[in-house]
Amino acid sequence: MSNIPKELNYTKTHEWIRKDGDLLVVGITDHAQTMLGDLVYVELTGLESHVENGQECGVLESVKAAADIYSPVAGEVVEVNETVVENPQLINDDPYGRGWLLRIRPFDKDMPGLLSSDDYSKVVASEAH
Amino acid sequence: MPFIPHTDQDIQEMLDTIGVKNIETLFDEIPDELRPAPLDEIPSGVSEMVLTREMAERAKADGGMLSFIGAGAYEHHIPAAVWDIAARGEFYTAYTPYQAEASQGTLQLIYEYQSMMASLMAMDISNASLYDGATALAEAILMAVRLAKKKGKSIILMPKTIHPYYRDTVKTIVSQQAIELLDVPYSKSSGQIDLKALDSLYSQDAAALVIPQPNFFGVLEEVDALTDWAHEKNILSIAVVNPTAMALLKPPGQWGNQGVDIACGEGQPLGVPVSSGGPYYGFLCCKKAHVRQMPGRIVGRTVDSDGKTGFVLTLQAREQHIRRAKATSNICTNQGLMVTASTIYMSLLGPQGLRDVALTSHENAKQLKAALTAISGIEQVFKSPFFNELVLRISKPVDDVLAALASQHIQGGFALQAVYPELGNCLLICATETKTKEDISRLANAMQEICSNSSRFAASI
Repeated sequence: MSNIPKELNYTKTHEWIRKDGDLLVVGITDHAQTMLGDLVYVELTGLESHVENGQECGVLESVKAAADIYSPVAGEVVEVNETVVENPQLINDDPYGRGWLLRIRPFDKDMPGLLSSDDYSKVVASEAH
Repeated sequence: MPFIPHTDQDIQEMLDTIGVKNIETLFDEIPDELRPAPLDEIPSGVSEMVLTREMAERAKADGGMLSFIGAGAYEHHIPAAVWDIAARGEFYTAYTPYQAEASQGTLQLIYEYQSMMASLMAMDISNASLYDGATALAEAILMAVRLAKKKGKSIILMPKTIHPYYRDTVKTIVSQQAIELLDVPYSKSSGQIDLKALDSLYSQDAAALVIPQPNFFGVLEEVDALTDWAHEKNILSIAVVNPTAMALLKPPGQWGNQGVDIACGEGQPLGVPVSSGGPYYGFLCCKKAHVRQMPGRIVGRTVDSDGKTGFVLTLQAREQHIRRAKATSNICTNQGLMVTASTIYMSLLGPQGLRDVALTSHENAKQLKAALTAISGIEQVFKSPFFNELVLRISKPVDDVLAALASQHIQGGFALQAVYPELGNCLLICATETKTKEDISRLANAMQEICSNSSRFAASI
């Protein structure tokens, strides 16, 4: 079973979200990095770009697949993790830590639709079938 | 026997199951006027023997011509070994194999091709080839638009000195997207891209400049200045070149201070015979930084678990079997057989041999120019350096001149009027290494006669 930290929120598309003051830190889950395999390329949207809830904000490429990263909220991208762009393997090694992808300033305080760790565990479990 | 597995009984059972009387009923919803008319005007067939005889007779009508037509397809000598080897069973497939890595020989060949093409263009990376030169340019433009990431529309600066068929093809392929193709005029005296006009056409929406070398008129463009101009404006540069010429001229990877971003073109001159419409192949090379946006397949070299060299399809996450609708292109194959011939051609000639071909072609084109412009009533239109073809203005109607030459089994060139109305009495004429002194004299003598002898000329039209 993959690691799904209790304190984080999640999306059905396998992003995790950590509140950091007014900002949100976004990455992909341990389950997602396991499914993708060794990551070789990361492309992230530009700084200051405005993203909609569910909009693509990056691309991940592994040795066997490519996947889009979707923004969990509407907001402005205030920081991108240049370190993972240079070293995509960080996402495999430490998906909830050094493998973070974007820091977003949400437009609304309310962020409906985010999943709890329990809800996300069910998503992962249902995909196992 | 037709290769249809259903018997009449199968068909009847299927029709009965869905409750339809006959197959014709299935087409009822198509209006009558859209259905094909009966084809009773077409006579019944002839035997293979009769047909072969008929075709041989007809082939004589345009066979054995001495051709001075270039205009995008070039007649070069192809060593007999090229197609003898390419047609071997191991190579004789036009397709990239589905289980690619099981076909190490094919992958190695494509890898060698990519290495040669990248070296010829002085670029970092080549793909495994595309359909033809015109679609390669369209793909290069789509690639540049993705790289430029413009919000809203992207403008592509398209000089009128690019092959007009390429311009048409690009228009067809990109017209449904937020891409505007902006014509860049040429100088009436030099036949080169008009740099002042280019300056005035620049705007913030510009994504890329296309630079032909040589251009459609055979003229050499000021590629260093154009490439630097593009980089100064922070837009991408796309070279569309004759690959043979790049063995003699400065290759696109070395143009200006930084080289171009993307180089593409028609691969036909490298070992593929001229034929009406192909099959030819397109090539596309780019800087390493741009490779994730490259269309088509790419073969890479690696080592297996025993440390032995092997070849794989690489960077496949760009391609549609993985990226689906977001793939860089729906090109998912390459012109394998043409590339095979080209790779063998380039291997046999080597860099020096290819340079000799280019240089001899250029020398012959110079002789052609000297021989023809010595004739009263014929002049060179653009006073610029050229590679293997040039534009001549003739005091007689070009179509009539070409018809008169054809009656002497000479294809005298490409009449420009249809594609450049302003060049009404102009002829685009080419010489490669295949033309001898005698060939050029034969053309010059015929032209001399046509241009001076008005009565004979009048009789021939």
